[in-house]
Formats: sequence, structure tokens, C-alpha cells
Amino acid sequence: MISDRLAKYGVLLFVAMFFAYLFGPLIIMSITAFNSAEFPRVSPWDCFTVEWFDVLVNDDKLMDGLRNSIIIGIGVVLLAVPIGLAGALMLMHVGQRVRPWYYTIVVSPILIPGVVLGISTLIFWDRLGAMFNADYDSVFYDGIFLTIIGQTTFISAYAMLVFISRLQRFDPALEEAALDLGATNVQTFRKILLPFLKPAIGSAAVLAFLASFENYNTTVFTITSESTLTTVLASKVRYGINPSISALAVVIVVLTLFAAAVGEIKKRRTEAFDKAIAKAVIEGTDALSRLGRKSNRLVDPAFAMIVLIFVAGIGTSYYAGTVGVDECKTAVDEAKRAEVQRRVEELRSRRMFQGAQPGQQQAPASGTSAGGVDAKGTEGYRSIFAPTNLEGQVKGENESGAAPSGATAPAPGTEGYRNIFAPTNLEGQVKGESAAPGDEPNAPAPDGEGQPGDPDAAPGTEGYQGIFDPTNLQNQVKSVE
Amino acid sequence: MGLTEFFRNFLQRNGIVLSVFLLGAVGFWIFFLIVLPQIFMFDFSFRYNLPPAEVGGPKDVYTISHYKFLVYGSAQSADSYNYIDLSVFVRTLGAAAFVTLFDLAICYPIAYYLAQVAKGGWARLMVLSLIVPFWVNEILRAFAFRIIFGTNGIINEALLSLGIIDDPYPFIRDNIALYAGLGYAFVLLMIFPLYNAIESLDKNQIEAARDLGSPWWRIHWRIVVPFAKPGISSGCTMVFMLTAGALAAPQILGGPSSLWFTQIIYQWFNAGGNWPRGSAYAIVLLVTCIAFVLVMMRVFKVKLGEIAR
Repeated sequence: MISDRLAKYGVLLFVAMFFAYLFGPLIIMSITAFNSAEFPRVSPWDCFTVEWFDVLVNDDKLMDGLRNSIIIGIGVVLLAVPIGLAGALMLMHVGQRVRPWYYTIVVSPILIPGVVLGISTLIFWDRLGAMFNADYDSVFYDGIFLTIIGQTTFISAYAMLVFISRLQRFDPALEEAALDLGATNVQTFRKILLPFLKPAIGSAAVLAFLASFENYNTTVFTITSESTLTTVLASKVRYGINPSISALAVVIVVLTLFAAAVGEIKKRRTEAFDKAIAKAVIEGTDALSRLGRKSNRLVDPAFAMIVLIFVAGIGTSYYAGTVGVDECKTAVDEAKRAEVQRRVEELRSRRMFQGAQPGQQQAPASGTSAGGVDAKGTEGYRSIFAPTNLEGQVKGENESGAAPSGATAPAPGTEGYRNIFAPTNLEGQVKGESAAPGDEPNAPAPDGEGQPGDPDAAPGTEGYQGIFDPTNLQNQVKSVE
Repeated sequence: MGLTEFFRNFLQRNGIVLSVFLLGAVGFWIFFLIVLPQIFMFDFSFRYNLPPAEVGGPKDVYTISHYKFLVYGSAQSADSYNYIDLSVFVRTLGAAAFVTLFDLAICYPIAYYLAQVAKGGWARLMVLSLIVPFWVNEILRAFAFRIIFGTNGIINEALLSLGIIDDPYPFIRDNIALYAGLGYAFVLLMIFPLYNAIESLDKNQIEAARDLGSPWWRIHWRIVVPFAKPGISSGCTMVFMLTAGALAAPQILGGPSSLWFTQIIYQWFNAGGNWPRGSAYAIVLLVTCIAFVLVMMRVFKVKLGEIAR
């Protein structure tokens, strides 16, 4: 049926779009790491370079943060894994009536916003420190200690959930058998329970470290004067960004892909092994002896391939990124300069044609200094003394000013500009507006647009105060840009 | 069962060493990490913002001035209510609800596809590729969205070069970048509960409905969605809470004039230098979140254990 096939393609398209949403941002960010432009961007592309990786490695703040993050991560693992284990075991021991309450309390840190956890930890230890009259160098005010404590609060709950799901498959009869056979409690714990929980301990530790390493919401409050990788990153991203952060992202993405590939291969290997054992049980020992060779052959080349591809990829990109970068950069710089020059010439010649007044000559200068001239912005001023043009412009600016504030008045401000070239009107305007824009009754702007609560409208009307003033024109060009 | 009896049994079963470990670790966790900090924060939110020397002195009395400030604003201001903070609060919750619904809408088909349609290695690869992006730092993910949605970002460049728009569209000022980034950040927490719930649905039920002539939307509405209800409530709760409590994405992607409620809290703790007021705001956020979880539990008739999984 056609509709069935259509539905199938629709679903596939949706899945593809979803994964594009998932991976697109990461891919684009990774690409920007190799562009030599100062600002992370894909287009226009300047030069292929790896210099941002050098910038990244030489960034002391980031490296300090990284060190602290690793220390905190290890601390959290050491604290959260045992606590999570104890929490999970405790759940087996508490009575039926207490269990829901207990569970609610220990699971709540997952649901409490991270910001709240950070704040409560900060305040609690601050108050404790005040109670003991501890000085400010003590542990109560130490950012790293507080962060470990704050993160442990909820990461322990993650670890606990990992242990609970593993413990659900545990047979208590094993424990009882060991106790009946004369083992002590500690021996039973060490020889029976811990080996059974070993994989869960591993995954809980990995999960705890990653969660700690990633965390921002809690950390930003508890870290106080120290810094972690995430807090350094956040402040870097907020106040000026450059592609070295993209370079860091590339490192993390590559590591992640590598870990995922290795994990997947390992999983496949154990699965193949299990399958082969099941087969061996059915077919006899002959299959078992073949098993060792087969699984080795099956898996190791794939692993070697991945390593090879990664190494080769990194090597080539590094090589390509170091060769010829400087030449390329100078070429790009020159091209840019030529482009700016060309635009300036173009503008100048355009102005010459129209016999512009000397005041107008300054407009292109301000435009080029900003980097690239926006052709549209200047176009509007080409024939600035044509009344119709001015009207259109006023309308345009008023609309753009009014739109975000939701006012729907159809640009009543234009009315004031209709007779703008009547000498008396102009005089009144200049007088009125230079005194107090908006309050004067004969000023052109005492309509809804000029109200003090509407900041967007102010520049629009003010811009026409002394329209023949060259500096004013300059401002206007800038604001349009 | 008396408490002493419980402890005697407990000791007998675990021996002294293990008992000390279990009780010590769990006790430390519950009291020093979970309960006491919250109580201290609650207490602190009812105190005046005093310099350290005056703490514990005669001026250190209880007050509800910080909660009043959130509702009514400062006494000097002309407005009768604190419109700025209240509107930020409402907008944060509204935006969080919007992001949650957005995530639910895009994740439900994917979860269904993964759980019921996709097969074998392909499904496994998809699950793996769902997880991979979430090993990348939250801040870096927000940064990626800033690159994409910026004035010189790739979307604006593409639209400009295609001639669809004449001027760069302010995605960041209009908060589109923020919503896209927040939705992205918590996709995984929506997909996995849904996936777990739908995966355990017996395929025969769907086939039976299809054989009986039910259209696809009714199969979903009457069979899959009711079955996946615990997963839906769990995913929605997690995404809503995390979005409402998000700090990094609003800081990085938020427009210059828009604030997130957590940012106001952050400001009171840093630039504002008024910790008690910050904790009062944090308490408001916490209470809202607890109320939200309770409502979700009541509406979807699920237990807490099913939500936090």
C-alpha cells in the first residue's frame, strides 16, 4: 500500500531528523575547532588549523580546573560508591513499614534541583563552621571539600540505584548457605556479596565520576573561590568565546566515541562468547576448543582498526593543521582587506554620483571600521533627502521598534515627519526635541511610541532630532547595522 | 516492632563491623548530606542578612521579609507586587512545561520506534548513539547551540544566503536558542523511561488491535500510551524538574533581557550578596518542585519509586 510506504518513509525521516538534532550541534562545534577564525564559526571558513588545541593546552585556568575536577571526581567516587552500596543494602534490611519513607528520603536528592543542593550544602557547612568558630582556611570553607560533599549527596543516590538493580538478581540463599557453613558476616560479605556486586561497583564508579565531572549546578555554589573545569568553561563561554573551547569539545567527543566503541566491542565479545558456550554445551567440547581462536579473530582486528583510524585521523589532521597555516592566514587577511577596500571604494563612488554633502562622507568610514559594510544599511541613506524615502524609513524603524513591545499602532510617528521639510516645522522640532523629547506637545513623537516605558522607541524618534547633523547620521547607520 | 528489637536483629544479621559501616554510611548520608542541610537552609531563609559579627546577636531574629520581597518587592518600589521576580518565576515554570511537552512530543515516536519497530544491531546502534552526546559536558552542549544560533551562526548564515531573511534573526534574544538547548539537554531523560515502558509492551496486543481494524492513532491512544504511563510521568517529571532548575543553559543561551529563576537565586548569592534571600528563593523553587512531583504522582497514579529510576 502506498500510504504504508509513505508512513514508513515519514518515520525514517523523523528518526533521521531527530538524530540530526542530536548530533548536528556537536559536529558543527567540532568543525569550528579547526577554523582559524577568532570566533568559533563554520562559515566563512578561513584556514584549517590545529592551533586552538595548543591554546587549550596552554590555558592555565582550564588546566587548573581540570585538575580540581579530577580530584573532586575521585573524592566523590570514594565517598558515593560505599554510601550507595550501604544505602542499597539497608533497603533490604529496613522493615516493610519504614521502607517507603526510607526510599523517599534517599531518592529525593535526585529530584531536588541541583541548585538547591548546592545552596543547602554551602549554608550547612558555613553554619557548622561558625558554630565551631572555624577560621576561613578550615575544611568548612574549602571549595573542593564542599563540592565533594554536595555532589556526593545526589551521586550516592545514582550509585544506590545501580546497586539495587543488581541486588534484585541476588539469591539470598547463597548468603544463608555461607553463614550456615560457618562463615562470619564479614567473610560472607567479602566472599559472596562483593564478588557478585563487582560489575555494579565498576559501573557505579564510572557513573559517579562522570556525573561529578559534568556537574555544574551544584558545583557553582559549593566551589566558592576554587574552580572546576565546568565553572571555568561556563565563565569562558559567558564572557567571550574562542574556538579553544570547541577544541576541548573535540577532545571530549573523540574520547567518548572511543570509549563507546571499546565498550560495544567488549559487549559483543562477551555475547559471542556466551553464544559459543551455549553452542558448545549442545554440540560437545569440540566447539569449545574452537571458541578461543574464533572470538580472538572476530574481535581484535575490529579493535585494532578503530585504534588505527583514530590515530591516523589525529595524525593527519595535526599534520595538515600545522603545514601552511601561516601562509593561508596571511592570504585570508589580505583577501579580507581587499574586500573591505573594494566596498569602501564602491560606497565612495556611489556617494560621488549622488553629490553627497561632506557630512555624509563619514558614514562609510564608520561602516568599514566595524568590519564589513552592510549594504542595506547604507542603501537607505543613499537618497536621504528624498521625502518619500525618509517616510518609508521612519515607518520601518518605528515598526521594528514597536514590534517586540507588542504595540500594534500602525506607526503614527510617521505623521510627524510628513512635512518634515517645512522650515517652521523643522525649527519647532529641533527646539522641542532638544529640550525634552516626548514631553513637548509639538514634538513629533508624543504618541504611544515615545512613552518612557518603551525603550525601543526612543532611539527611533531621537534619531531625527537633528537629521542634518553628520554625527547623528553616523549613529543611525550604526544602529541600523 | 520496637526500635531496639530492630537493632538487635540488625546486629545479629550483619555482625558488628558491617552494622557500623551500614548505619554509619547511611546515617551520614541521610543526616549530614540530605536532611540537615535542607533544614539549615530553611532556617536560614527566615533570618536577616547580617554581617558575620552580628550573627547570633540580638538582631538575629526570625523574619519573613525575604519571602515578602519575592511577592511584594522592596518597600521603596512603586509597584505593589514584585513583578520582575514573579514574572521570571512564572515564565520559568511555563517555559519548563513547554520544554517538557516538546521533549515528550519528539521522544515518544523515537522511543516507540526503538522499542517496537527497530531490530537487532540497528536498534543497539541507535541506543548507543543516543547516549554518546550526553557524555559531552552540559556547558559544551549549550556552547554548541550558541555557535549555531548566534547572529553569525550557521542557521543565520544559511538563511541569509538562501535569501529567506534579509537580516540575521535574533535567535538568542528571542530565547529560541535557549528552548532548543534546554530541550536538547534533557532528551535522554525523556527517552529512556519511555523506552523502558514501551519495550515491555507485548507486541501481540498491538497486532491484535491492528487485526481488529483499529487505526494507528487509536492503537497508540488506547494501548501504548496507557501502558507507558509510568514512563511518561517519570520522563516528564525529570525533564520538568531539571529544566526548571537548570542554570548553565540559561546563563549561556538566555537573551540579555530574559532571566531564569535559578539565575536570580545565583545573583543573590554572588553579586547580590544576600544569602538568606537567595535561600528563601531556593526554598520557593524546592517547594514548587515537590508540589509538582506530588501532583504528577496523583494525576498519573504512580509511586515515587517509578518516577526516580
